[in-house]
Amino acid sequence: MTSVPTATAPSAPDTAPTATGRIGTGSRGTRILGLVALVGIAVATYLALVSSPPDENMGDSVRIIYIHVPIVVVAYVGCLITTLGSVMVLWKKSVWWDVTAAASAEIAMVTTALTLVIGMAWARPTWGVWWVWDARLTSTAMLLLLLLGYLAVRRIPAETSTRSRRAAIVGVLLLPNVIVVNRSVTWWRSLHQDTTILNTLQPKIHDQMAFALYFAIPVALVMFAWLLVHRWRLAWMEQQLEDRELDQAISDRRAEAASGRAEDGPR
Amino acid sequence: MNDWGYVALAWGVTAAVLVAYALWVILRGRAMSRRLPPEDRRWM
Repeated sequence: MTSVPTATAPSAPDTAPTATGRIGTGSRGTRILGLVALVGIAVATYLALVSSPPDENMGDSVRIIYIHVPIVVVAYVGCLITTLGSVMVLWKKSVWWDVTAAASAEIAMVTTALTLVIGMAWARPTWGVWWVWDARLTSTAMLLLLLLGYLAVRRIPAETSTRSRRAAIVGVLLLPNVIVVNRSVTWWRSLHQDTTILNTLQPKIHDQMAFALYFAIPVALVMFAWLLVHRWRLAWMEQQLEDRELDQAISDRRAEAASGRAEDGPR
Repeated sequence: MNDWGYVALAWGVTAAVLVAYALWVILRGRAMSRRLPPEDRRWM
């Protein structure tokens, strides 16, 4: 480790410590965040599946959009945080940012994979095919591969700072890739519809549909924040455990060498 | 499959994956915290 972390995830003591300390990654802060996310998800689901009307052209399959767009936003934000963290790792050699980038990349990987699956479920009734090598779909698949690559690089055995630096080099490529994904519908001819969020700032869709969509996005971000804090704490513990095991192995090896010398006796 | 079938597929897969991932994180966090002394769980 090359620098001391300067901040921690939000927390507050909320349960009595046991002899071995509290168990798990939860805290008062995460419980409040989790509760807000759960209530928000319930309301967003009601708005999307019950109260909003079917689309004139897409019919009920428009309800897929209410989950597709928020999941895409989470994937983009996850990539943004990973790239920011990677820059901080390369610039400041920050361990805190390294753990943050790793935690965020994993969530971004899960949500990018979900983006593709949800998109396929929407494409089948809308376009008549599950998949087409369209610019938006292909660039999103490349983003998923890049995220898998980032996580794979983190698993290559190496000294902690070397591993962080290698992963950070991959991590800085994520945000440019997100920009390519986002702009792909305007840069190339695409089956995929044009930018949704920016266009609907001057909405051409029914009020209830717009509300269902815009309500779901912050809810998804709260869920992302909850997941990120838990995943950050888990990643931190994984790193601590790895360091402790390495220290133990070195100390065992030294003890073994010392006892070997003692048995050989003075020469 | 009608439109609602695709809607159910998209929402169902999303819910299943997110719940499974959240559970994995929580349960692994619990298991990991048992293996570390309290001083290494710096946020607590």
